[in-house]
Amino acid sequence: MSAEAMTLFSTELAARFDALVERYPVRRSALIPMLLYAQDEIGYLSDAVIEEVARRIGITPLDVRNVATYYSMLRFKPAGKFNVQVCTNISCMLRGGYKIFERFQERLGIGHKGVTADGLFSLEEVECIGACCWAPAVQVNYDFHDELTEEQVDAILDEYRSRSQKAGSR
Amino acid sequence: MADVTFTVDGKKLTAPAGTLLIEACRKAGIEIPAFCYYPGLSLQAACRMCVVRQEKVPKLQTACTTPVAEGQVFITDSPEIAQARKATLQLLLGNHPLDCPVCDAGGECELQDMTFKYGAGESLYAEAKQHREEQQWSPVVYFDRPRCILCYRCVRMCGEGMDVWALGIQNRGVSAVIAPNGGDHLDCEQCGMCIDVCPVGALTSGTYRYKSRPWEMNHVSTVCTHCGDGCKVTLGVRRADDGMEIVRADNRDKSGINGDFLCAKGRFGFDFVHGKDRLTRPLVRNAAGVLEPTTWEKAIRLVAQKFGETVGTGDGQIGVIGSPRITNEENYLLQKFARTVLRTQHIDHERTADYPTFSRMLAGAEDRAASHREIAAAPAILVLGGNPTEEHPLLAWSLRTNFRLNHARLYLANTQPIRLERQARQTLRISDYDALVRYLGGEDAAMASIAGAAEFRQALLAEESLVVVAGAEYRGASLAALMRWGLCRTGVKFALLSDFANARGAADMGVYPDLLPGYLPLAGEQPLHSEYAGMPTNSGLDLTAMVEAATTGALKALYVVGSDPVTALGVAQGALRNSFVVVEDCFLTATAAEADVVLPAASLYEKTGTVTSCYGDIQMVRKAADVAGVKPDFEIVVRLAGAMGVDVRKLVPFGQSTGVHADMGQSRGAQAGEADRHAVWLTANDLEPRLSPFDPLATLDEVERLVPSYRLDRLNLFAGNEMTTTPGAGFVSLDSLVGRKDGVVATHPGLFRSGELGRKTEMLQKLQAYQEGFHSAAAAD
Ligand code: SF4
Ligand code: SF4
Ligand code: SF4
Ligand code: FES
Ligand code: FES
Repeated sequence: MSAEAMTLFSTELAARFDALVERYPVRRSALIPMLLYAQDEIGYLSDAVIEEVARRIGITPLDVRNVATYYSMLRFKPAGKFNVQVCTNISCMLRGGYKIFERFQERLGIGHKGVTADGLFSLEEVECIGACCWAPAVQVNYDFHDELTEEQVDAILDEYRSRSQKAGSR
Repeated sequence: MADVTFTVDGKKLTAPAGTLLIEACRKAGIEIPAFCYYPGLSLQAACRMCVVRQEKVPKLQTACTTPVAEGQVFITDSPEIAQARKATLQLLLGNHPLDCPVCDAGGECELQDMTFKYGAGESLYAEAKQHREEQQWSPVVYFDRPRCILCYRCVRMCGEGMDVWALGIQNRGVSAVIAPNGGDHLDCEQCGMCIDVCPVGALTSGTYRYKSRPWEMNHVSTVCTHCGDGCKVTLGVRRADDGMEIVRADNRDKSGINGDFLCAKGRFGFDFVHGKDRLTRPLVRNAAGVLEPTTWEKAIRLVAQKFGETVGTGDGQIGVIGSPRITNEENYLLQKFARTVLRTQHIDHERTADYPTFSRMLAGAEDRAASHREIAAAPAILVLGGNPTEEHPLLAWSLRTNFRLNHARLYLANTQPIRLERQARQTLRISDYDALVRYLGGEDAAMASIAGAAEFRQALLAEESLVVVAGAEYRGASLAALMRWGLCRTGVKFALLSDFANARGAADMGVYPDLLPGYLPLAGEQPLHSEYAGMPTNSGLDLTAMVEAATTGALKALYVVGSDPVTALGVAQGALRNSFVVVEDCFLTATAAEADVVLPAASLYEKTGTVTSCYGDIQMVRKAADVAGVKPDFEIVVRLAGAMGVDVRKLVPFGQSTGVHADMGQSRGAQAGEADRHAVWLTANDLEPRLSPFDPLATLDEVERLVPSYRLDRLNLFAGNEMTTTPGAGFVSLDSLVGRKDGVVATHPGLFRSGELGRKTEMLQKLQAYQEGFHSAAAAD
């Protein structure tokens, strides 16, 4: 069985991996970028993803887990379609980060690491996301929302909701 | 490397530059505490227990990663250092359950010892402890997460030492945890090395957990009974209702040829001793044809009477089968009993390697046999055939270690892929072992079509010294050809692999129909020939032929010790009815079920004597367990001889021959008899005569006197060190082996398989089934 035939990934991503493992002196150096890209495409690091990444690099699934579990940005369970990461580190905390976080919890009805029943949103309290100058800040997938007030939280959620509906009706 | 001088605690020390400070201190008797440091494994510097103060360096340094250099000055003990270590302990104890009273490691826990020493008695940690239930990862490996101090020893041992890489570490910070490769279980070699190196009670053993405490056991150092590698093992024994019970096996002081290593069989394979199938009473077939328990007296009397009658009808009426599982002394005594008392030349054992050819080829060649230690330190090793990882776990361990620590160059030639290839410099896949030897000898056509053969040969021939380890694939003419090739070159040494704990010993002790102890021919002028005066000197039947002759009744009696030819040869039920069959064994084997008398024998863990590893390392075995009702084979043979009315002194040289202290043979003449010669020899060697006919060491004296390759340094041997045989020493008849049938049948043991003994060991059966579960699942995918 060829790796192509068995892959969980899109052709582009598979090709990207093939190029990636050749780029470093040792193949396993490609591990962390591969995990990130895989998570972006699949949503989380399932057992199957871990196995395939291990196979592509030539290490054991245990090796992959040893590394992957170290990083809090890598997930082993599916997140919501929109993963909301609320910073409560010092700058954000001083400027109301906890209020923002509470508001998200109320509005979504979930806590830290929770996922809404419809699978649309997940919520996480995270450390500094590098937007201190515009604290308090929130990251939804790869988009930033900064200098937030509690009221803006509702707007943000509505925006993502309607975005998903549009995508759904298409 | 050049020596450097440095100062530790005001003392001037010298060590080769680059030595780790912790090692240099240990050698000088300065103890530095360490949790993560483990000799031979990669450096981790994870625990910070080994901190020392180095002059001119602002922070405390870890002794486990500091190489010594000229002029350095260290302090290893000061209030500052004690405080640092105490703080480390406080952190480790933060979430430690402190369940020492029920923890398996209690009493031999490095964390406990250190806490005693540095006294981190009270805790400043006020949070609730995180409890986690203990997990069972396999039939033998259990994990107690809160006890783990994250030293990574287990991870490194499994990966670097075993090359299995089944353990990892996941998450980080306070959530960091040791994780097995199967998520919640281990799919691995189940060697238990991880348990052995764990400094605390986080990894515990399925055979030992919650059974005992170290101070409640006696620790008996003996030799593993399973494969031919001869690992030293310490059996922890405790008084039980019916004798002494084995509760644990490890290599406690890490001495011997195996150092810290034991495989699953050595570590977990001892429950057969107290197995429910164990024979503990002699059985005699009654008038109704059923085996029925009886007393030792009756059983011995019956056998002695039958054997006596049979011997009376002429020479060569009885067949005797020895065992690659019993001691040297027992095998020696058995063949002597067969030849001089039963007056038969029909004696043999289950052969798993062709040691007669091995020994003949080494005749007169000095220092050409490789002991295990030599293999473990050799710069270049050629392994031909065999599969060490499965069949010789210690050999595989030593080869891996030699590769890892000394960059040993390993060359493999095999018909199939084997695990050791990961450590090999070159691997050659071949289809014909003989052709390889011809090719090495310069016959290019022999391997013309084999890829890589030329480079392989070139690299081998460039080696200045080489140890050749041959599997049972090499025997008879092919073994001779291989050794002839090597003997023509300087610096080539040999080892020949065989399957059971004393396969080599049984061969060395002459349990052959055509060879005497030391591979002497049956007839000749050696001392042994005159001492066995009158024994039959025509070659006897081999094992297969004996069993055959017993079925036809051509042999009137068959005496089988520690062997199961009925299973091995597939003999039909009832086929042995024509002869009087006596079986001595630990279990009711298929052969025993056919016997007329069954005598319950002690296992290797219940007796004293010596065994010889397949590399020729002679080691002491000591009685550890005690099972009521059984007797060592040695004692049984002596009792049989006694009951047959034989002068036991002629069989076992015990006591003083003349009542006067040995007189150098003057009073009765040097040829007066065996006991006298023995007395002369004892005196000459400064040894005392043994007092009991049941003392196997009396026979060991005789073996040493008569078998030139067994030269022993008693002090060392009794201290638990191995002595190495010198095959090829003394007289070897070259023509006695020409055209001889080698009769070798390799049994290919596995990581959890070890013949009948393995089948009777519940834990090994469990492990076999457990690991097979994964492999059949994988095959089905
Ligand atoms: S039992 Fe042996 S092979 Fe299995 S995890 Fe422990 S060290 Fe590794
Ligand atoms: S389980 Fe034992 S050996 Fe492994 S990291 Fe924990 S304390 Fe160390
Ligand atoms: S390698 Fe052989 S001798 Fe050593 S423990 Fe394992 S079975 Fe016993
Ligand atoms: S503290 Fe929130 S972005 Fe840096
Ligand atoms: S022994 Fe040196 S840091 Fe652990």
